[in-house]
Amino acid sequence: MTILAHVFTLLAVTAGALLFLAGTIGLLRFPDTLSRLHALSKADNLGLALIVLGLLPQAASLTDGLKLILIWLLAQLSAATASQLIAGSLNRRKSGP
Amino acid sequence: MTLLFDLALVAWLIALAGHIAMTREDRNAIVAFIAFGLLLGLAWVRLSALDVALTEVAIGGGVTGVLLLSAEAHLRKPLAQDSAQDRPHDGRRRLGNVGTIAAALASAAVTAGLALAVLALPTPAPTLAPVAAAALDTTGLGNPVTAVLLAYRALDTLLEKVVLLLALVGVWSLAPDRTWGGAPSLAPAVAPEPLVYLARVLPPIGVVIAVYMFWVGADAPGGTFQAGTVLAAMWLIVMLAGLRQPPDTAHRVLRLLLVGGPALFLAVGFLGFFIADGFLSYPEPIAKPLILGIEAALTLSIAATLAMLVAGPAQKAPEP
Amino acid sequence: MADVFTAAALAILAATAFGLFRVLRSRIAVERMMAVQLLGTGGVAALLLLGAASGVAATSDAALLLMLFAAFSCAAFTRGEEDTPDEDPQPTKEKT
Repeated sequence: MTILAHVFTLLAVTAGALLFLAGTIGLLRFPDTLSRLHALSKADNLGLALIVLGLLPQAASLTDGLKLILIWLLAQLSAATASQLIAGSLNRRKSGP
Repeated sequence: MTLLFDLALVAWLIALAGHIAMTREDRNAIVAFIAFGLLLGLAWVRLSALDVALTEVAIGGGVTGVLLLSAEAHLRKPLAQDSAQDRPHDGRRRLGNVGTIAAALASAAVTAGLALAVLALPTPAPTLAPVAAAALDTTGLGNPVTAVLLAYRALDTLLEKVVLLLALVGVWSLAPDRTWGGAPSLAPAVAPEPLVYLARVLPPIGVVIAVYMFWVGADAPGGTFQAGTVLAAMWLIVMLAGLRQPPDTAHRVLRLLLVGGPALFLAVGFLGFFIADGFLSYPEPIAKPLILGIEAALTLSIAATLAMLVAGPAQKAPEP
Repeated sequence: MADVFTAAALAILAATAFGLFRVLRSRIAVERMMAVQLLGTGGVAALLLLGAASGVAATSDAALLLMLFAAFSCAAFTRGEEDTPDEDPQPTKEKT
């Protein structure tokens, strides 16, 4: 059972790290601000989600696991708001003088 | 593998610091500086100094950033007028160059001095850690950092809080006579909607985290300063979104909050003459409750002081 | 297992570093606001992995605070950003 948990952790953490790399490649290669924003927020949040998921079986106690999930939820809230703020700021600038 | 990680982290920190120093535009440098503060938190974690990491993230990555952004926004207005007249700008730039070189030299000297001091230490560096750990039981605390801050070196902490208050007095005294005692203004005319949403959702989470930080600080990394900074940030976000206006700087409750923590600390300090061995010493059986009480009052004071520091001097006339 | 976690943290740190410099050197001012968000998620992921590698439970507290203040700083950026486009003296100019 523990081996299964370890394998799951390995897979999820590796996938998470790969998604962070994918996000950065998107950030470097995508042509305009909005698609770069898209690459950043999607890839990074999924990456963080996978890493949290992977670390959950390794958590020492239930509260530690809950804290991990809380951190991820906080990241969701923060990323969604920040993306909206950045995109809104961009929009106003384009439509402005 | 950890060595490789540490090397990469150091290389990145130096590169980012170089970027901050070389960037010509202030705002850009401030954004990079906030990123630097968050990254420095990572470095402190690697150094096993979690208490410092928490403070660095909260102050360097959070509150200082907003403070600098507000200062930059204030500076930009007069600068824009100057460049329209085009006269004092050149002189300022020439002075700026001399200033940059002087600052660079001074920073280099400090860095060299620190490096020399560290290298000159004997190889098992002198430490008080075993003594501090041995005396931990008498305070009833489990976190040696909190014990140093509130018991062993309580005087330093007390004076720190007074300095924080003095800084606030300095900021407040920038207000002109007609707005003295009035409220600072923080929110833009129209706050963007996502910000308003964040200001409604984030503070409840933040307050819980602050209480947790405060409570866990007795036995694990965390404590008053981190908790106070989180509270200050939550209050600031509510004010930035315009959900609540900042209070009048002459408001009695606000003044009580500001002074409460240091005043209680000082009172308990003097009480030490009668119930313990002297100034700022606690009688052993009630050491922990006393320390927790002081910490609670200090947390609120720090929160109010930091938030009002960022909010700046009064800009509206006081309400009668 | 600890080595795997540290390696993953290193990979994420490197990815975040490249992204951060791309964003900070951008000519578009708005893009620089992404820097803190980028470092928020990347830093939190690296911290959680480091915490799992070292077994120090309190590391996740640092991650919690990092995320909270990344959100806070992002919100704070809007402040000066709103002033930037209209530096003209007429304050009555509203957006269309």
